[in-house]
Amino acid sequence: MGLFQYTVRRILFLIMVLIGVTIAAFIISNTVPGDPLVANLGQTAMSDPEIVERYERRWGLDRSLPEQYLIYMSNLLQGDMGTSIRSQRPVIDDLKQYFPATFELATLATLLSIIFGLIFGIISAVKRNKLIDHFVRAISVTGISMPAFWLALMSLYLFYFLLDIAPGSGRLSADFSGFSLQTGFLIIDSISAGRFDILKNALYHMILPALVLAGATMGIITRTVRSSLLDVMSQDYLRTARAKGLNETVVIMKHALLNALIPTLTIFGLSYGNLLGGTVLVESIFDYPGLGWYAYISATTLDFPAIMGATILIALVYSVMNLLVDVTYGIIDPRVRY
Amino acid sequence: MEKKILEVKGLKTYFYTEDGIAAAVDGVDFEVAKKETLGIVGESGCGKSVTALSIMGLLESPPAQIAAGEIIFKGEDLLKKSDKERRNIRGNEISMIFQEPMTSLNPVLSVGNQIGEVLRIHQRLKKQEAADKTIELLDLVGIPLPERRIKEFPHQLSGGIRQRVMIAIALACNPSLIIADEPTTALDVTIQAQILELMKDLKEKLNTAIMLITHDLGLIAEVAQNVMVMYAGQIVEYADVDRLFEQTMHPYTIGLLESIPGVDLEIDRLDVIKGLVPNLYDLPQGCRFHPRCKDARTVCKEKEPKLYDLKGHKVRCFKYSGTW
Repeated sequence: MGLFQYTVRRILFLIMVLIGVTIAAFIISNTVPGDPLVANLGQTAMSDPEIVERYERRWGLDRSLPEQYLIYMSNLLQGDMGTSIRSQRPVIDDLKQYFPATFELATLATLLSIIFGLIFGIISAVKRNKLIDHFVRAISVTGISMPAFWLALMSLYLFYFLLDIAPGSGRLSADFSGFSLQTGFLIIDSISAGRFDILKNALYHMILPALVLAGATMGIITRTVRSSLLDVMSQDYLRTARAKGLNETVVIMKHALLNALIPTLTIFGLSYGNLLGGTVLVESIFDYPGLGWYAYISATTLDFPAIMGATILIALVYSVMNLLVDVTYGIIDPRVRY
Repeated sequence: MEKKILEVKGLKTYFYTEDGIAAAVDGVDFEVAKKETLGIVGESGCGKSVTALSIMGLLESPPAQIAAGEIIFKGEDLLKKSDKERRNIRGNEISMIFQEPMTSLNPVLSVGNQIGEVLRIHQRLKKQEAADKTIELLDLVGIPLPERRIKEFPHQLSGGIRQRVMIAIALACNPSLIIADEPTTALDVTIQAQILELMKDLKEKLNTAIMLITHDLGLIAEVAQNVMVMYAGQIVEYADVDRLFEQTMHPYTIGLLESIPGVDLEIDRLDVIKGLVPNLYDLPQGCRFHPRCKDARTVCKEKEPKLYDLKGHKVRCFKYSGTW
């Protein structure tokens, strides 16, 4: 099957990209001035030769840079990304804690932006140059041009401070702080524990940051769907579809939309990848403990193992998203497979 | 008298644009009888395709609008029908084959899906029934290995095969009338001959009436019984195919025939019709063809000729008015 070979080829490509990313991240963090021993061990541990030696052996600091890279990679493959200087915990555990929060938020934001982006884009294209089209386009331009941090501050001010209908910050209200996480995903954990009150509370905390994040993406999706749909609507094969006696809904939703989705798909994938990589500003403003927040804190404290870990994770997420987009291309557009 | 399937009366299709009103079709009357093949000939922009799209109800409105006339199909005026009623006729009782097989099929849907769709909506066939019928149809239009082809996508097929697929879509519901708009123009010459053979074959098998739109008089001579020549939105000549070729009357038709290159004739230059098709926004006074006509006289510049009927051979030219 064409699709299978195509997917396998894409996965091999993804592995190569990830190797490239780790090399780049490794070289950059090694060229940054500063003694990794001092940075990672701290004063007290530095004075103990045994600890220093053990650390040097573990990370191969007495070897050449290529060897160090291989050691880092073999540790990485065993799930060892080193220890965060700031939190004093294994980086992998930190990532396990912060990534699910971002994943839930990004997924909700992406779903919202795709649903509304598609609906608005289709309406806008079908009713082009009518009043509703102008209205939708005005909304989408507003969404795109409004800076996320400003939108975040304003919505927090309006819905939390003035109207008091949205929660302020965090992933859950303080009442639920005792709830122990299994997977780290609040939505999954609360459903599997049968705690729908927690599910409701988690969604309640997510909705405002998700809407803020969805705003810009939704605007871009709306515009892309509109323009690619308009392009497709002037194609000969749509005339053929109408000549068959299909009704307008089938003509648009089946014959036109499927073709218009091809250019739009890239936007879906890129923006989802972008959101998954953490959205520093919005997560900081809503005090939402996600990957963006973690990366930000790590960068400001020069916590190199954590920065490396976050970089690699974000690259992985981005690559997997692109893989999914490519495979979806292959499913929708048969021409891509060959 | 054979029973007529389609009767177009005084059809006027206008385009309302910012540049003004373009009378793309300006008072056209004709009939298509059961099993008849009517050829419609003319240069680009003469109104052939707009006539076809008016019958199909596929013109985009605005800017296009049918300003007057009747399109009577099986005794009922299509222009009085609702959108839904017209959809039920489209692709079912009247179907259309387009000029560009390369772009007329949807690139992301399989051949089987695109043919089967027509059967599912008009004949309410189930998925499997539609697939079986699709294989029959592909076989009918001479596509080898139909069981494999239904899973393929347009980009995997050659132009000739794609046009056969288009024909299969058009034939799917056994229509009473097929409108073929330049069905062979975009194809290689050898493929043109094959598609032409196929259409002649199918016509004999299925007895469908065909409106064949083309600028290729050779094609008309091969398949049509009657021919209608159009110029600037009007019919300028109408006759059965033998009379049209043997006793050509209108100077425009004569010009068209003379512009066909012949193999056996020893001439260096083709006789071409001078000038261009008139601008529909700015039609010449009098006869619309007079600026390009070799025989034009004063009367041609002043008055518009009507369509004179000479025992079934109709011609729009003062030469046949009896007072020339």
